[in-house]
Amino acid sequence: MTSGSAAYERRSAAPVIAPVRPRKLAKVPFVELAEGRLQGVVSSGSDVERVYVSSITAGDHGLSCNTNNNRPCGGLSGGTRACNHLRALADAAVAQYGLDRVARYLKVTVPDGSDDLWSGLHTTTAPNRAAEVFAGFLRHLAYLEVPSTTEPLPDLHWFPAAGAVS
Amino acid sequence: MLADALRAAPAGLDEAFTLIDGLDDALVHGLARIDEERAAALESFAAAFTGSPLAGRVTDSIGKIIAGTVTDDHLAVLAGARAALTGAVHDALLDVLDEALGRTREPWPAPATGPTTPAAGHLPAGARSWLRELAIAGWRGVDHELAGGAAQAVQALLAAPGGRRLAVLLDGFAAELRSAAPVAGLDRIPVRRWADLWARAILLAHDGFPAPTAVPADGRFLPLGVDLHEHPTAFRAQAHGLLESPDGQVRLVRASVAAAKVDTISGPSAWRMLSAYPVFLTALAGHRGVEIAGMPLTPAGDLLWDESCAVAGEPADPFATARVRLGAVTAASASPLDRHPAAIAEPVLLEGYTAGADTIDLGGVTLAVDHDRLPAAGPLTPALIAASTACLGLLRWDGGWVVQPLAVQATVRKKPVVVHTADWALGPTEAKAAKAEAAAGTAVEVLRERAGRLLRK
Repeated sequence: MTSGSAAYERRSAAPVIAPVRPRKLAKVPFVELAEGRLQGVVSSGSDVERVYVSSITAGDHGLSCNTNNNRPCGGLSGGTRACNHLRALADAAVAQYGLDRVARYLKVTVPDGSDDLWSGLHTTTAPNRAAEVFAGFLRHLAYLEVPSTTEPLPDLHWFPAAGAVS
Repeated sequence: MLADALRAAPAGLDEAFTLIDGLDDALVHGLARIDEERAAALESFAAAFTGSPLAGRVTDSIGKIIAGTVTDDHLAVLAGARAALTGAVHDALLDVLDEALGRTREPWPAPATGPTTPAAGHLPAGARSWLRELAIAGWRGVDHELAGGAAQAVQALLAAPGGRRLAVLLDGFAAELRSAAPVAGLDRIPVRRWADLWARAILLAHDGFPAPTAVPADGRFLPLGVDLHEHPTAFRAQAHGLLESPDGQVRLVRASVAAAKVDTISGPSAWRMLSAYPVFLTALAGHRGVEIAGMPLTPAGDLLWDESCAVAGEPADPFATARVRLGAVTAASASPLDRHPAAIAEPVLLEGYTAGADTIDLGGVTLAVDHDRLPAAGPLTPALIAASTACLGLLRWDGGWVVQPLAVQATVRKKPVVVHTADWALGPTEAKAAKAEAAAGTAVEVLRERAGRLLRK
């Protein structure tokens, strides 16, 4: 008799989120699949004080790219051809989550055998979401300033650290 | 004898889960859409409490919910009743295990009218309203907007004293809902898991959730093994170990340190977030005991780690500690509202077994190895477990008993090796992993630099 063969639906510790893969953060410090968008922040190549806030909506693949000061990106300039920031954002997302998860979230059908997300994207333009996404990035950074704790936190038994090399 | 215990199903277990599953299934579709079948399941759930002190409130709340009135109080009663059932299952499973292991367990101290969590009051109100919306919509009704609806409540709780536990739970739960939204299109829903997380959050967000009262403890803390926990914004190392008191008593205790982090900080570099606890990390990485003096210990067996009460001690091999002392140890009881089968994590030493690819055959029972609880932050791998001859691990229950290895003695290329999950607490000890960690660890520096540049404007 082997124990521990319960169905996914009836497991308290059923895994839901796959651990993210490590990636370099200097160029794209922040990527997330949230609010129905792939969105994130891309460092400017020329100015350390400036970042670009880029997003692609799920479903209709609307593109948006602006600086954190709300200036439109010259590369995208309101069009439907992705700028370098959006390409870097998508590359970072694929590195972090894997192509399958990004494609599923954006509702993209990538042709069989292809590893190019863009080959399945039929891009449109989308409204500027820079302010929201940038606020999300600041919230993300703020986690690094939350003090550590030695409270017992019993609920963390539901969140095992996984991902050992098999 | 342990094999018998692991094979046995306590009386009433299936019946209890049938009731729990009935409630959980109602949460899949939402309390706003209770059809006849789900209403019948909820009525049986209520009927099971007949004759108990909860009977009146459960019947009343479930009746109101079926009739379409869903208030915070009704939901608190629902979550409390569910916790009573999961608590009973927890107790039944643990009783069988304690008897097989010969483990004495101290009863939970009689309830004192002690302090309640300081987060009580207006703060958890935001959490309660999000949890209520979730229950009404059901998991299938969770869209991007609802999944993201806890953000403000989490930020407020993280910043508040006493709000951390609820914040960490909500943040992990919300991250799963965000990644799964829109849930209507999901193939398989983790029904019990989300009901567990929801119900625990409801209770924690309720005014008057009891806070643990700790008393100072002295003695020698001897770590047995380290369990690592992680979700996108939390990383925690929890050491299970023995506390030898000056009076000769040996108790099973835990000590843990947790840090906030972000999803891109993961794997071995997550240890960097715990650098404020050098005594703790040195003891784990170096397999040492720790002399403690006046460190708060809760009745649930949790040492509230304080580096100023701790001094690194002598090397102490956890396998030797377990062989000599674990057999006659006294364990603590879980806090009443924390009793749940998924919270069972009993340290055991297993030897003389036959290890398979993903099982351990104890003779009489084959125990599944919980590969989902092997962390990337440590050197323990399925291959090492398959080659092992002795294992320090946690017995857990998730629809059946499983073992979560925390350390193994194994033979690799004809040489004996000993590997513990926290061997990399001060950084990977193996060249290839150290190189990878050095590269990945720059993530922490990059984000700290960005935070320094952007947050203080």
